[in-house]
Formats: sequence, C-alpha cells, structure tokens
Amino acid sequence: MTSTLINSSTALGTETCLSLQNVTISYGKFEAVRNVFMDIPRGKVTAFIGPSGCGKSTVLRALNRMNDLVPGCTLKGRVLFDQHDLYDPRVDPVEVRRRIGMVFQKPNPFPKTIYENIAFGARINGFKGDMDELVERSLRKAAVWDECKDKLKESGLALSGGQQQRLCIARAIATEPEVILMDEPCSALDPISTLKIEETMHDLKRSYTIVIVTHNMQQAVRVADMTAFFNAEAVEGGTGKVGYLVEFNDTERIFNAPGQQATQDYVSGRFG
Amino acid sequence: MTRTPLSYSNTPLFERRPLTYNPSLARNRLNQCCTALAGFFSAVAVLPLFLVLLYVLVQGGQLLSLKLFTELPPAPGLEGGGIGNAVLGTVLVTLIASLISIPIGVGGGIYLSEYSAKGWFAQFVRFANDVLAGVPSIISGVFVYGIVVATRAFAGQSYSALAGGLALSVLMLPTVIKTTDEGLKLVPQELRWGAYGVGASKFVTIVKITLPSAFTPIATGVVLGIARAAGETAPLIFTALFSPFWPEGVFNPIATMSVLIFNFAIMPYEAQNELAWAASFVLVIMILAANLLARWISRLARS
Amino acid sequence: MTSDAPPPPIAKPTQPPTTGIPITAASFTLRRRPTSEKLLDLGFHQLTLLLASFVAILLLLIVITVFHGAREAMASFGLRFLTTSAWDPVNEQYGAFIAIYGTLVTSLLSLLIAIPLGVGTAIFITEDLIPTAMRNVIGVMVELLAAIPSVVLGLWAIFVMEPAIRPALDLLHHWLGWSPLFATVPQGPGMAPAILILVVMILPIITAISRDALNQVPIELRQGAYGVGTTRWGALFNIILPAAVSAITGGVMLALGRAMGETMAVTMIIGNALNFDVSLLAPGNTIASMLANQFGEADGIQVSALMYAALILMLLTFVVNVMAQWVVRRLSLKY
Repeated sequence: MTSTLINSSTALGTETCLSLQNVTISYGKFEAVRNVFMDIPRGKVTAFIGPSGCGKSTVLRALNRMNDLVPGCTLKGRVLFDQHDLYDPRVDPVEVRRRIGMVFQKPNPFPKTIYENIAFGARINGFKGDMDELVERSLRKAAVWDECKDKLKESGLALSGGQQQRLCIARAIATEPEVILMDEPCSALDPISTLKIEETMHDLKRSYTIVIVTHNMQQAVRVADMTAFFNAEAVEGGTGKVGYLVEFNDTERIFNAPGQQATQDYVSGRFG
Repeated sequence: MTRTPLSYSNTPLFERRPLTYNPSLARNRLNQCCTALAGFFSAVAVLPLFLVLLYVLVQGGQLLSLKLFTELPPAPGLEGGGIGNAVLGTVLVTLIASLISIPIGVGGGIYLSEYSAKGWFAQFVRFANDVLAGVPSIISGVFVYGIVVATRAFAGQSYSALAGGLALSVLMLPTVIKTTDEGLKLVPQELRWGAYGVGASKFVTIVKITLPSAFTPIATGVVLGIARAAGETAPLIFTALFSPFWPEGVFNPIATMSVLIFNFAIMPYEAQNELAWAASFVLVIMILAANLLARWISRLARS
Repeated sequence: MTSDAPPPPIAKPTQPPTTGIPITAASFTLRRRPTSEKLLDLGFHQLTLLLASFVAILLLLIVITVFHGAREAMASFGLRFLTTSAWDPVNEQYGAFIAIYGTLVTSLLSLLIAIPLGVGTAIFITEDLIPTAMRNVIGVMVELLAAIPSVVLGLWAIFVMEPAIRPALDLLHHWLGWSPLFATVPQGPGMAPAILILVVMILPIITAISRDALNQVPIELRQGAYGVGTTRWGALFNIILPAAVSAITGGVMLALGRAMGETMAVTMIIGNALNFDVSLLAPGNTIASMLANQFGEADGIQVSALMYAALILMLLTFVVNVMAQWVVRRLSLKY
C-alpha cells in the first residue's frame, strides 16, 4: 500500500493542492514560524506534527487566511492554492474560506439548531439545491446522521462533545470545499469519539484534501498519507522560540526512516 | 480513488467564483455599507462629548479667574461675582455623602462577599442593591424630603446641607457596595486560606489581607461614585436647596454648583448664565479629573 | 473557636494549633485565643451584617415614605390620576397623564434612536475595523460622556443644542405637519430636544453593555463563522449578534430605566407643560421633571399628588430594572 502511494504521488507529482513557498509568519515583531517550503498533495491526508509552540497550527491557519482575524499577524512568502497566491492583495479571504473549510480544536457549533448549523454555511455559499437532502448527506458523510436525525430541530449544543465535533465536520463539508483543514480536531474528545472521527476522515479523504494538525503521533500514523514534522528553536538574543519545518515526507518514512535526527528523536518519544 | 476536479468549474450545487475580491458582489457591498454605517454611528456617538466639552471649556473657561472662587454670586441684574459658595458647598455636601455611604457600603460589601456569599440573605441584599441602583435620583430627593426635610428632623431645620448629603449618599451607596463586593470576589481564595493557615482570625484576615488586596477596584469604584455624586442635581434641589450666601454649617441650606447651574441657566440674566457656564467648567474639570484618577489607579495596579 | 471557623474548603492546616476541629483543645494547644479577639471577630461579623441589612432597610424606607406621602392623593384621585391631565392647584385637582405620557414617549423614542447608535458604536469598537488605539480612544470618550453631569448637558441643550436643531425641527414640522405628532411650530423647549438629550445620556450605557456582550462572545464561534465563509457582517448578523442579544437587551432595559428616571437635563429642555399636546415639537413634561419643578414649592395635597407621581415612576423603573435582570439571567448566552 505504501509503495503504491509513493509511486502515485511521484507519478502525479504535479498535483499539488497547496504550496507553501518560503512562508514566514509573525505576530507583531515575533516570528512564529519561518521559511516553510512545502507542497501539500491533492486528495491525501497530510498531518502536521511537532511539539507545542512549533507553529504548526499557525501554518495551518495560514492556509485559509484564518490568521487575518488575529491582530498583528503578518505573512511573508507565498501560499499557492491551485497556482493562485492566496495572499495576493486582490484575493478575497471570504472566497478562500469557502473553498478551504476548517474544523477547529474545540467543537464550536453555532447556537442554532442542528439543521441550521449545516444549512447556514450552504445558504451563504449560494446553495441552489434541496437543503434537506444536503443536510442529510453532510451529516451522513460526517457519520453523525444516526445520532441526530431525530433531533434536527434541537440546538447543536445539546449534542455530546464528539457529536458536536462531527457536526462541525458536517458543517465544513456541507459547503463542498476542496480542502478541509483540521486543527487538532480530537484534542478535546474522548478516545471513542476520536476513533469515530478518524473513521470519518478515512471516508472523507476520497473526496477531499485534508490537512490535520495533531499532537497525537499514533493518530498521524493512522490517518495521514503525508506527515510534516515541525520543531521550534530558540532565537539568538530573543526570548521566544521560532518554529520551522524539519521534514516533510510520506508518513511511513517519517515514522520509520526519518531523514533528520530531530525527527527520529521526536517520533521515538525522546522529547516533546 | 475518486478525485475532485482540479479547476474552478462549478459544482452542480454551488457556484464557484474566482478567488479575487469582487467589490460589486452584493455581500461585499452590504459589508461596506454596514461598516460605513457603524463608523458613522460611532462618530455621532462621540460628537456630543466633543461639543459639550468644547462649549463648557470655551464658555466657562472665559470666566476663569481667582474671583470666581472667592466671591458670591451677584444679585439678579448685577454683574460680576463668583461661585465661591457653590464650590465650597459641593465639596461639603459630597464629603457628607461620602462619609455616610463609604463606611456603610464597604461594610455591607464585606458582608456580602466574605460572610455570606451564597446565602439567601446576601442574594436578597444584592437584589435590593440592584433595585436601589436603579431608583431614579430624583426619588432619593423625594425620600429625604419626606423623611427629613418635611419633618424637620435635623435641629428643627427643614432644608439643610446634611439633608442634601443624605440624599446623595442614597445614590452613592449601591455603587460602593457593588464595587466592594465585586472587588473582594476578585481576591484569590488562596490568599485567604494562607492567612487562616497561619492562624489569623477572620477579622484580621479581612482587614489585613483581603481588603488591602482589593484596594484598587474598590478605590476606583469609590472615586467614580464620588465623581458622579458631585455632579448630581436632582436629589439636592429640594433637600440642600440653594443659598446665595457662604455656607452656614450643615444644618442650613447650602449652595452647590449643580443646583447653581440649574437655577442660573433658566434665569433671564446674562451674568447668571455666564456663571452657570463657569460652574459647569469647574464641575466638568473636577469630574474628568476624578475619572482620569480612577483610570490611573487601575492602570497603576495592573502594571 | 468553632463559631468563627473559616469556611469548609480551608487548606490543610500546617500547624496543629489552628485546626478547625476542636479535639479537646487543651490537649495540644497551650495558648487559647483571648476573649477580646473572639469578641472582635464576632462584633465585626455582626457589624457588617447590620451594614448590609441597611440597604434593604433603606429601600423599604424609600417605598414606605413615598407610599405614605402618596396615600392622601391616592384616596382622593384613585386610578383617575393616571388618565386625567388636570394639574390645578387652585381647585386641588390633579392628574398625571401628561407626565406619564411624556415619560413613556421620551424614554421609548430616545431608546429607539440610541439602540442603533449604541450597538453600531459597540460593533465599531469591538470588531477589527480600525486600529486598536483608535478603538480604545472611542471607548474612553463614550465612557467620559457618561460622566458629564446631567445638569451640564441640560445647560448645553438650552444654549447650544436646541437653537442648533431648531431649523431641522422646523423642516420636520414643514414636511410632516399634517401628522398630529409634528403639528406644532417648534418654539424652544419641547419633547423633541428632550428626546435628543436623553439619547446622549443613555448612549454610553447601551454602548458599554453591548461592547462587553460582544467581547464575551467566544472567539471559537467567530472562527467557526468565518470558517464556513461568511463575511464580517454575515458573521455579525447571523452568529455574533444573536449570541450577544440577551446581554444587549438587558443593557437596553437598564438604559430605559435610566431614561425614565432622568431628571435634570430633561427638566431644563422639555418645557414643563401643564396642558396636554400630543405633538413631539410642543413642550411636554415627565414625572421626574414635574417633581424637580414643583416639589420645592408645593404644599398640602399637591405634595401628596407629587408623591403619588413619584410612586408611579418608582414602579415603572422597578419593573423595567427587574425585567432587565431577568432578561440577562434567563436568556443568558448558550454557547
């Protein structure tokens, strides 16, 4: 399986979905992560791993311009999505986020009904079809339909944490984005909910490009085709740490035959 | 493996637009309109402050002189004069109000926060305090009139500085209680436990540990409360009344700046109108200074 | 020793003599607390209890005083007082309809103007539309506006605002004069300037409370909205404002209470009419300004009638304030 994956990724090497070219992201004067080069392939699951504070979430949020909401956050370099620079001044971040959806660390359903949680995003994206069908399809894809088909008119907040997170996944896929970003989607969940969400991801990667930040290395092994390892180092003369990309390769390689000593140390649990 | 199409081709259900910003889209137009409207509203909201300050500073500042603080207001029709008695009266009446409401308010706040945080009685007192805070200021004047002025309770006098101070203290009390209660709640529980741990009694803990560490929020609230009381007029017009003379002790009617502004603003004489502006100037400067002081106290504590 | 024992969640005592559980105290402590210290403790507790009770007693006293004062007028005028508009000291006939009408109309209309202004300003200074420093400056300025005494605003309204808006009011009369609400020629003091000055006075409350409410909406909710591709105002109208609406409503109710009881500025600019006129451009009256104007010189049953009016005002503000608290508590944010 892995060999075919490597083969297919080399064969379809042009099929890069998101390309980061010398990306440096700063909060005010402090660099959070510097000089990231990375080509995220289409139709695969890519995981970002690394110790806390290495900037992996920051990089993820740069991919759909979520960092615009953080005052003082600036980005240097280029982020290409289908050969379009997302940080071109002519680009509308709203349009970007409609194409690149996101699931957050903490489940954050809107304080509306379950039905409305799904329908809201679709409606503002100019959905023209049968809304009931879309809601059902999205909830089915996120594997939460059975649990909430009888309470579509109840508040999304009435669900359990794991169900809420799958509702948020359903909400993200309802708008049919091309990419789904997941920022530690399971960190607030119990093991059983985590497992269900990982199963959901396996189903989803057939139709979407997924980028996931995770603290959990087993999770990266279980769900990801590609893995990027980020690390942080102290800056000379500075007080904080700055993150950088150490290594980006097939998950198999990262965990079994990493090219860097730091990666080896991290995946074998020697630090972080 | 099924793959999603690469291009921007529209999916059957969603229309896909290019990534570039299109200002003529309905949603972007609406956005710009709303932002402009919000900006306009903020400008309108800030405008009165500018205009009021401008007029008070210009109109009132013209009359600023030492004479203003040392002379009495002129008789109707005459020129010149000052508002010395009113400045003194405002200080005196506000002082009386503070002397009454600060001890009661801080004590009551200590009870609410330290002795009975969740009990029904404390909840009831908090409710009563909120209601009291919502009572219109004129009502506290009516109340003091009914209970003190009409009955001539103080040394057989009807209108008096003391009655005025009492009416103002009714207004200040809820503020002082609330800031004390909430200020004390901010003190970390560990600090109290630490004091109990070394064998301090409750009284010592509150007086030596809890109260000092909540000093800043309480002081801020009290300063703001005093500033607000100093500018109040409604409770004073039929308790402290007014007097064209220098203050004659706490049992006699007394002039205050706020009542002076009210009385002189509606008089048909230029000199009186000008003194009203001058009094506004002094009052506004005092109140703004108190506000800045309160801000400074809380910033000092934060750093 | 036990009477003043600190609340149960006390840390594990490090020194045996301070243990809260009195296992024959003498067995491990030699030093007893002096009686004076215990008395002080107890005395302080009782003192603060007394001071706290004072608030409740004060509130009760206010109600009793006003009610007692109003009894005579209540007996002679009954509920007719609410619906008649005679205010005739010579024949001792009193009705508060003008004042009640004025109180309700001025406060509600000022609220109608102040809500969009206040909420709009709050949005402008909580959203990331302008630099943080500018947002803070606007916030501080609105707070300072709240600190300006009512009587100073009244003075400003008489000499500056009213002459300045007169042309606009004239135009209003010119265009809408057919409507009874604008049927009179504006001549100085009146309901319209009173409403405007009330807007100035309640704007800071609405702005401050809306600002806090918007700031308390969790960042996750905001991110979620942007994550599905809403625009800023799409997120505001669909997600953020609905989440903050109960707190904002509470603030609006508090502002209403404040507007109904506001005295000085209104008294100075409303004209204190004794005859009823439905027009907003004509002089009017409110309960509070009636009290401010007449209380000092009233005697006999007029004092009682004024007390009756004061009682009505208290009831109105009480209901509004309690509802404000209820709204905030009952509809508190669910996220």
